[in-house]
Amino acid sequence: MTQHVISVKVENKFGVLARVAGLFSARGYNIDSLAVSKTEDDDISVMTIVVQGDSRILEQVKKQLNKLIDVIKVSDHTPQLSIQRELALVKVNCTPVKRSEVLQLAELFKAEVADVALKNITFSIDGESSKIDRFIELVAPYGIKESMRTGIVSILKDREPYK
Amino acid sequence: MKIKGSQIIIESLIKEKIEYMFGYPGGVVIPIFHEIYNAPIKFILSRHEQGAIHAADGYARASGKPGVVIATSGPGATNLVTGIATAHLDSIPLVVFTGQVSTAMIGNDAFQEVDMTGITRPITKHNYLVKDVADLARIIKEAFYIATTGRPGPVVIDVPVDIANSMHEFEYPEEVSIRSYRPTYDGHPGQMQKACKLIEESSKPVIYSGGGVVLSNASEELRQFVKKTGIPITTTLLGMGAYPETDPLSLEMLGMHGTYYANYAVHNSDLLIAIGARFDDRVTGKISEFIPNAKVIHIDIDPTSVSKNVMVDIPIVGDCKKILNEMNKIVKAPEISSWVNELQKIKKEHPLRYDQGSDPDEIKPQYVIEQLYAQTKGEAVITTEVGQHQMWAAQYFKYTQPRTFISSGGLGTMGFGLPAAIGAQLARPDCRVIDIAGDGSIQMNVQELIVAAQHRLPIIIAILNNGFLGMVRQWQQLFWERRYSHTCLNFAPDFIKLAEAYSCAGIRVEKKDEVVPAIKKALSITDRPIIIDFRVSKEENVYPMVPAGKTIKDTIMREMA
Repeated sequence: MTQHVISVKVENKFGVLARVAGLFSARGYNIDSLAVSKTEDDDISVMTIVVQGDSRILEQVKKQLNKLIDVIKVSDHTPQLSIQRELALVKVNCTPVKRSEVLQLAELFKAEVADVALKNITFSIDGESSKIDRFIELVAPYGIKESMRTGIVSILKDREPYK
Repeated sequence: MKIKGSQIIIESLIKEKIEYMFGYPGGVVIPIFHEIYNAPIKFILSRHEQGAIHAADGYARASGKPGVVIATSGPGATNLVTGIATAHLDSIPLVVFTGQVSTAMIGNDAFQEVDMTGITRPITKHNYLVKDVADLARIIKEAFYIATTGRPGPVVIDVPVDIANSMHEFEYPEEVSIRSYRPTYDGHPGQMQKACKLIEESSKPVIYSGGGVVLSNASEELRQFVKKTGIPITTTLLGMGAYPETDPLSLEMLGMHGTYYANYAVHNSDLLIAIGARFDDRVTGKISEFIPNAKVIHIDIDPTSVSKNVMVDIPIVGDCKKILNEMNKIVKAPEISSWVNELQKIKKEHPLRYDQGSDPDEIKPQYVIEQLYAQTKGEAVITTEVGQHQMWAAQYFKYTQPRTFISSGGLGTMGFGLPAAIGAQLARPDCRVIDIAGDGSIQMNVQELIVAAQHRLPIIIAILNNGFLGMVRQWQQLFWERRYSHTCLNFAPDFIKLAEAYSCAGIRVEKKDEVVPAIKKALSITDRPIIIDFRVSKEENVYPMVPAGKTIKDTIMREMA
């Protein structure tokens, strides 16, 4: 079981999200994350779906997605050939005495301070998933009050072929 | 000139050259029915929405044209759901109109409101909720296009009542262009060449042909392919008739209740050529031991069918008819005479068989099917319900033409056969239609008898009446310690009186020697439906049987003492 990032271009029509989500639930595929957004074309939305599965499941997922009438294009985004980012909001327990320690850590990760409260700080951090994973791991000992992530968005790199 | 949405629907159906429409009225579809009243389309009023959709399905399967259905919102729409799923699983082209509450009321839990596009999303090829009358004609055009092209299937159009009442210019699009839907029809030339090479080199090839061949009207091309290659052929339940089962190279049906020789051939093959079939679990049994030594060529229009259950060596995505036509030009016959002889030997050693038993008067259900075949000379369209009778109808009637065996294969819908027979008889007025039924299944849509009677359709409803839900009882007998939990139906209606109540002829048959005269009598009646109540053996089982999830080695050939 490996993680795959699938980018799905769909017609920007109502009900499309339900079709895609329904396909996954009906066929028992698990979604790790799903991000939906507009694109440069008003008629097209993009869904970035992260799924777990072997190559056979991945093949079926891609084919089943393609079979949906409103799906325009399905592409498999490997980490090498795409730029993948996500954003997380992490509310870390932090009394005034620990503040400088936590802030130092945040600075190393270029996590932005989004809010400071008496007993916690909320960080906004973006980047590759592994970086966010690591940040959360390191602030965990202070206590994470709440955290959430947008899920990955991914875009393919343009590469000219070698001459 | 502006016309109403309801008129746009009728005008669109006329453009699509729709001859028959099946349905049932209700509150929010009154505007559409108002227009159906004078439309040049023959409307068949069912007595339950499920009857309407199965009839449209039977019509589509028998004619090759799309079936058209209309029902009202809420319960009318939900009563269609089983029929939509039935068509979806068997890839039958239907365009289904459902009424919906007005757009302003949607989401308010209004009277007779259900989220029909939500309910039918996983059981349709596509569906639409019309939100603007300006889109209506385009949506109908797209619906027919989507339903009938690629791998066919049902398309639902949910029409709010205010849309049906709104005015708009009628302009039916000449063409459809959906950028996200472009089915592949032509096979990849390189793949076809590779397939032909594999065929030439094979020594134990078998063709496994499915419903896709019937759907793409590729029966003629398939026959040429077999003629050219000399390869033995088995078909799925839905593939029957595409190749004549009377031909020596036919191994007839494979699978759970397929012939032993078909399953033997597939299991021992070194090359399986799957055409328009999807490796259903009722075909493969235990998948890891299904074809231990075979390479697989798979011709199918639906890429999702390829390598879904069985890994395929050479996939060819496209239309069976086109691909077979191309392959017929280049394929060369392999040298397989010893394989063909081996299969002929197995065929002789393990034919389909049943025992008459000690009572010469007892009616064996298999005998009834054999006699239906003999008396009609095979010239009939057979529809079935679901259960033991369905399997006997598949085994003991020999099909030689496509679209003459009509059955709910994928979903296994009891109550399908009678309404499907109505649709089939309308599509094929030239041909006798026989619904082979069980005493359980026939009661599920028995109200449709009056529709058949009203239109004077001479459908023969041959009930193999054993007083049981026989297929479930068979499983209980074989695998569940004979605990016949709620499968006994001996408290049953009098089917002859029922026939009379519904203006049908009724014939009861209680002895073996009455079987042939009864069938002859039924065939002589041409102005109304005929119910024949065959009182058959109560605990006859369907054999051979490969139990679910097992292999050919576990085949149960006949009753064990």
